Amino acid sequence: MMLKYVFSRPEKFRIYRIRIFDEIEIIGLSSIPLVALMSVFMGAVITLQTAANMDSPLLPVETIGYITRQSTILEFSPTIISLILAGKIGSNIASEVGTMRVTEQIDALEIMGVNSLGYLVLPKVVAGLITFPIIVILSMALSILGGLFAAVQTGLCSQNDYVKGLRYYFYESDVAYGLVKPFFFAFIITTIASFYGYYTKGGALDVGRSSTKAVVYSSIGILLTNYFLTQIILT
Amino acid sequence: MIEVKGVNKSFGDHHVLKEINTVFEPGQVNLIIGQSGSGKSVLAKCIVGLHEVDTGEILYDGRNFTVMNRHQRKDVRKEIGMLFQGSALFDSLTVEENVMFPLSMFTTMSKEEMRERANFCLERVKLTNRNHLLPAECSGGMQKRIGIARAIAMNPKYLFCDEPNSGLDPKTSIVIDNLIRELTYEFNMTTIVITHDMNSVIEIGDHIIFIYEGNKWWEGTKEDILRTDNQEINDFVYAAQFMKQLKGKLGSH
Repeated sequence: MMLKYVFSRPEKFRIYRIRIFDEIEIIGLSSIPLVALMSVFMGAVITLQTAANMDSPLLPVETIGYITRQSTILEFSPTIISLILAGKIGSNIASEVGTMRVTEQIDALEIMGVNSLGYLVLPKVVAGLITFPIIVILSMALSILGGLFAAVQTGLCSQNDYVKGLRYYFYESDVAYGLVKPFFFAFIITTIASFYGYYTKGGALDVGRSSTKAVVYSSIGILLTNYFLTQIILT
Repeated sequence: MIEVKGVNKSFGDHHVLKEINTVFEPGQVNLIIGQSGSGKSVLAKCIVGLHEVDTGEILYDGRNFTVMNRHQRKDVRKEIGMLFQGSALFDSLTVEENVMFPLSMFTTMSKEEMRERANFCLERVKLTNRNHLLPAECSGGMQKRIGIARAIAMNPKYLFCDEPNSGLDPKTSIVIDNLIRELTYEFNMTTIVITHDMNSVIEIGDHIIFIYEGNKWWEGTKEDILRTDNQEINDFVYAAQFMKQLKGKLGSH
């Protein structure tokens, strides 16, 4: 029911376009520092853990690069980064929209004749769908670079061996698999967080509760969707 | 003109509005008064469509608002301006952008024309050189005036003010009351003010309805309300000491 109004025809496309760019800045650009930091260090840790757990001398040292790449592309960047963003963006959206609800700003929009769901939620959904895949690509690149840095710094393997590992059994479909997920996750985070924010009732305490619910339920949504998507794509 | 015909509204088992009938004429400041929890805000929200009525009709110049679909209601709402209790200004927009907002959504005006109109409205509420402030940087009284400027930006036929004086000092309250009255007369709007401020009742109440336990208990003018024998109204009107003194003075004349 909510989505019907979210995707109904906007009053003015020009205003919505401006709102989408604003949301791209809030949802996408402002998340880059956090994602970059997480990705570099997680890539480095994946590399160190892989190297530490390679007991068999039969395993070539290039395996480090290979495992870092696979872990990053298949799960870390699309899923774990989305879970982190569910916390950051989900709570941001729910508290913003929830505060607008309890301070009657949403009522003000409705009284003016503005479709408040479309005006508030649609730009967030579109901005999420545009920025999430870009953020995930950035995360993939930075995580792999973090792994390279850790591998070379600690002397676990040379740059050449790491890069050789990155090229092992490389299938483009793995990247496609990793890039399909963020579209679903972006939709889940923006809509669930908007839902809990929009239907907030009460005061400041309830805005906090909505914010918590938004993070919890969008995280659950991501985990369930990830499971089913993985099953669908792998079979 | 807004006509309210046989409006009933319940929340669960709680019957909040009981068979309300009244007419709000244009060019008048119509007040809905009553104690907290009496149902006056619910009535106003039913009139603007923020709550659906259970039974009854709301007619805007003969147009039955209660049976309209979402798109038809949108057209009526473009003729409505509303000042909210907490002003409900958009925090991320400046004063000028707040006033320009309805214009940018529903008109084909150029940015310059919108700015001109916003400046006119802001001047009308005696607020100049504050265009680039954010709402959080404005005082309560200023926020109310910005709210009024935004409400009149689209030249509304109907103006709703939900407790326009709440949280304001008496002097600023009078400024806001006078502004509402002036604008109502100047633009011949149908103005409905929800209040429990007796000062507003005496100052601007051209037509007053008193809501008591969900019923329309009394209806009249500001002159009538000071002379009525109705016990419930007298309990409400003369609750404040200064009103008792005023009654004493009226009685001695």
